[in-house]
Order: sequence, then C-alpha cells, then structure tokens
Amino acid sequence: MNDSLGPIAVLFPLAYLTSAALFIVGLKFLSHPARARQGNLLAALGMTFAGITTLTSLWVHGPDVIFHNHGLIVGGILLGGVLGTVGARRVAMTDMPQMVALLNGCGGGSAALISTVEFLHLGRSTAGADTMFGCIIGAISFSGSMVAFGKLQGLITERAITSGIQKVINALLFLGLLALVGMLAFAGGGAPAFLTLLGAALAFGVLMVIPIGGADMPVVISLLNSFTGLAVAATGFVLHNNALIISGTLVGASGTLLTMMMCKAMNRSIANVLFAGVGGGQKADAGAAAGAAGAGGPAKSVREISAEDAGVLLSNIQSLIVVPGYGMAVAQAQHVVREMADMLARHGVDVKYAVHPVAGRMPGHMNVLLAEANVPYDQLYDLEQINPEFERCDVALIIGANDVVNPAARYDKASPIYGMPILDADKAQHIIVIKRSMKPGFAGIDNELYYNPKTFMLFGDAKGAVQKLVEALKAAAA
Amino acid sequence: MNAVLLAEVYVFVLAVFVGFEVISKVPVVLHTPLMSGTNAIHGIVMLGGVLVLATADRPLLVWLGFASVVLGAMNLFGGFVVTDRMLEMFKGKKAAGRKS
Repeated sequence: MNDSLGPIAVLFPLAYLTSAALFIVGLKFLSHPARARQGNLLAALGMTFAGITTLTSLWVHGPDVIFHNHGLIVGGILLGGVLGTVGARRVAMTDMPQMVALLNGCGGGSAALISTVEFLHLGRSTAGADTMFGCIIGAISFSGSMVAFGKLQGLITERAITSGIQKVINALLFLGLLALVGMLAFAGGGAPAFLTLLGAALAFGVLMVIPIGGADMPVVISLLNSFTGLAVAATGFVLHNNALIISGTLVGASGTLLTMMMCKAMNRSIANVLFAGVGGGQKADAGAAAGAAGAGGPAKSVREISAEDAGVLLSNIQSLIVVPGYGMAVAQAQHVVREMADMLARHGVDVKYAVHPVAGRMPGHMNVLLAEANVPYDQLYDLEQINPEFERCDVALIIGANDVVNPAARYDKASPIYGMPILDADKAQHIIVIKRSMKPGFAGIDNELYYNPKTFMLFGDAKGAVQKLVEALKAAAA
Repeated sequence: MNAVLLAEVYVFVLAVFVGFEVISKVPVVLHTPLMSGTNAIHGIVMLGGVLVLATADRPLLVWLGFASVVLGAMNLFGGFVVTDRMLEMFKGKKAAGRKS
C-alpha cells in the first residue's frame, strides 16, 4: 500500500475496516441464540472481504514492492481450504472439542511461523517485542492445542500427569524463555537464538497442557483460542496490518471472557484449572477414600437392575428426568433415547432433560448433541430450572453422566470437584444409572450416588441398554 | 514511538474493549459455538501467511511461509464450516421446539 496507487491506497484500508465491522457484528450475533448462525455467516463475509483485499493487493501494487510466489499462495490456500473444509464436514459432533483444538492449533502454528519467517527475512540480530510475542504465544498455542487434541482423541492419556520434577522443568523452561527474550531484545542473537526461542515455546506448550486432566480440556482449548487471537494480533503489528490486529485482539479479548465464563460454569478458577492437576492419580485415591469414609463404612454395594425390570419401573411413572452425559454421546445413543422419551411421553409421562452446563465435553456441547437427535427445545432444562424438580420426579435416568451428579461436590472438601454445581439427581424418588462399568468418570473420582439405596445400576453401553429399555417398555405396554 | 505504531496501539486497545463488550452475556448453550466462531475469526492469520509468503525470497522462507498459509487456511475454512454445522442444528432444534 503506498501513495503512488491513488484511490486504491484508500480502498484497501476501507475494505479491511468493513471486514472488522462485520467481525464485530458477527460476534455480537453469535452470542444470541436466535441470530448465532447469521453471526457466523457475517463473520465469514467479513473474512471474504479481507481475503479478496489481501489477494488483490498482491497483484495491484506500487512499483517499489516486489511480490513473489503467487502460485504457491493460491495453491496453499486451496490445499488448506480443502483439508479444513473436508475435515470440518466429516467430523462427528461428539468429536467437536478436539476438532476446535486442532483448528486452533493450526492458527497458532501459522502465527508462530509468520513471526519466524518475518524475523529471518529481515535478517536482523535483535527481534521486536511483537515478533517474539507472536512466535512464543503462537507456538504455545500450537503445541498446547495438539496435546489437548491428543488427550481428547485418546492418543495421550487423559489423566493429569503431574510430578514435582515437571514443575521444576516448567519453571526452568520459563526462565530460559525469559532469558532468550532478553537476549534477542537487547544483545541480539540472530536466527539461532530465534529458532531456539521457537523450540522452547513449543516445549513449554506441551508441558503446560500435559499436567491438565481431560475434564478441564474445554477450558484449556478456550484459553489457547484466546492465545492464538493474541498471537495473530502480534503478527498484525509485525506486518503492519490493521485487519489482523483487530481480528486477533477481538478473539483474544472475547476468548478470555469466554474462558472465564466457562470456569465459572464449572465453579473453578483459571489458576486452579492450569495448576491443580485435577484428575491425577493421587487425588483420585484421596477422593475415593474420602467418599468411602463419607459413606460410613468399607462395605459399599450397588443394586443392579435388568433392562426388563427397569422397563416395568418406567412404565409405571408419571415423571422422568433424563440426565444425559458424554457416555451417551460416544455411544451415539441420543436417537434411541429420544425414541424412548417419545414413547413415554405418549403414555402421558412428563419427560424432561437436565442439561448440566458442562455436560458433554464443552459447555453447550450436550445441547448440540441433543439437537442433532431432534430433541424438542422445550424439553431441555438447565441446572437452575431443573434442580427443584428432582424431588417431585419419579425417576431420574442417568445415561453416561457421572461427575455432574456426584453429591460429593456439595460437601466433600477433599474431592477435586468440590464446589462444582451439580444436578440433584439423588433427590429423585428412584434413580436409574446406565453405565458401562463401575469405572470412575472424567475427573477420575468415585461417585457415591451409585451406592445410594434408591439407585439401580443398569450396566451396558448406553445405546444397547436404552434399546433394551425400549423393548421392555413395548412389552410392558402390550 | 512512531506514528504508525501509535495508531496500531490505538486500534489494539480499542479492540480489547470491543472484544470484552461484544459478548457480555452468552447463554451456556452457545459457549461451544462461540468458541468455535471466534476460532474461525482468528483464521484471518492466513492472510498474514499470504503476506510473508509473498515477500519470501529464500527456499527456507518460502516453505515456512507456505506452511503458514496452509495452516492458516485450515483454521479459517475449517473453523467457519464447523461453526456453521453446529449452529445449523441449533436452528433445527428451535424449529422442532416450535412445532411440538
């Protein structure tokens, strides 16, 4: 962009400004249910404007700049675009959290590479704050997101891996990063120092996310999402591009706010999520021990129920609250659950779904999954609405949920989920829990609800068990 | 601090406030799509990749720049498509709710 272009030199910044305005309106719409989809489309429109502007500027420019690699640019956009679009079309709704992690990692990696390329291109000995910030934060976001992806995809253990040594390594690595930053800012170090900085930041991202348990991954992904935003803003400073600065900053700020809201929904602080290592082996044992002590004795027994008996029980009730969890989603049981609920509703049973804020693997994830199965919107209730209803309800049917109905969250200060708002399923007249085994849930702790005298355990995978329930209901109705 | 940098800092600071204000009250239902939507918006990083690749004049820089364009494009296109898929179902849910 320069003065010799005349009107076009004004046109480009105006086009970027239009994009920025569309992003802001898009974000505004995205936070309201009725207009969320238009919001996303508006943001995409803004992105189209920005893309066309940037690409045009590669061909229409003043005589004093030389641009290369036009073919590679178009090829790279097409390659990445096809990969991203096909991946996004094919991914199952249950795998949404790791998909977002993966895409976020791509953005972070891109930002880190941009800073690196720009530094190497200029060939200076010292680096600016914006260049280093974009490189470090982008690299942390990249490697951290990849670890989050690996954890959610089951490639890396979901358990929180913590040890004293690891904290020491983290601290040393952090100090090393600071030293490198200082060196590059004042003494200079050229390419070797900058590439070491990139490597150290990548390692730091891995070590930052490894000690965090699978249950906290949504918060981590949201935090890394805002990190990527800030890294993108930094690349905007590096390249003197306002569109990148505005978009990156918008995401950085709104992503931070969203992260805090998610933490609030789980009743945790960000520091607690990042450093407490919830879901680690030691704490799990402590929690289980405390649970056993709370139950008042070592002999804990569960009552098992067959699908047939559960069907008979369900055919004689007036009200049912379904508590769906991630286990239901992985078994793809939402459709058969809806079939069962419809059947009961036809017999005059009042059916409601209790959706915990963090049901599924991300806040709001369960709503998406139930929507996919065409569960009517007016049957979904959130925590505050549904909790007073449990006392009056005949059966609470818990399908693949665990930590969100664990009463230990109310009183057991030793429990890692202490203080998290839970669904009061234990207050229902009867409780049926559909579960594959007695294996503890995401947070890695035992659940005393299963030992409640009102609780029946129906073992099996969610889909098979509910299918059997449907058959049993049909038999009972006949 | 030169005039260009000063103007950029202005833009940055104002954008921080706008970013905080614009999503003040989001229902929990929309947390996941909003995260995915903001994720798509930082896909604009692809354009940064385009700009560095356009000035890259050494093989190493060309390949690193190419990688940043590909990664950025995955973030951008994948982000918007995934968000739309999620929100499409939300619309369906509401329609289903109204029908019943």
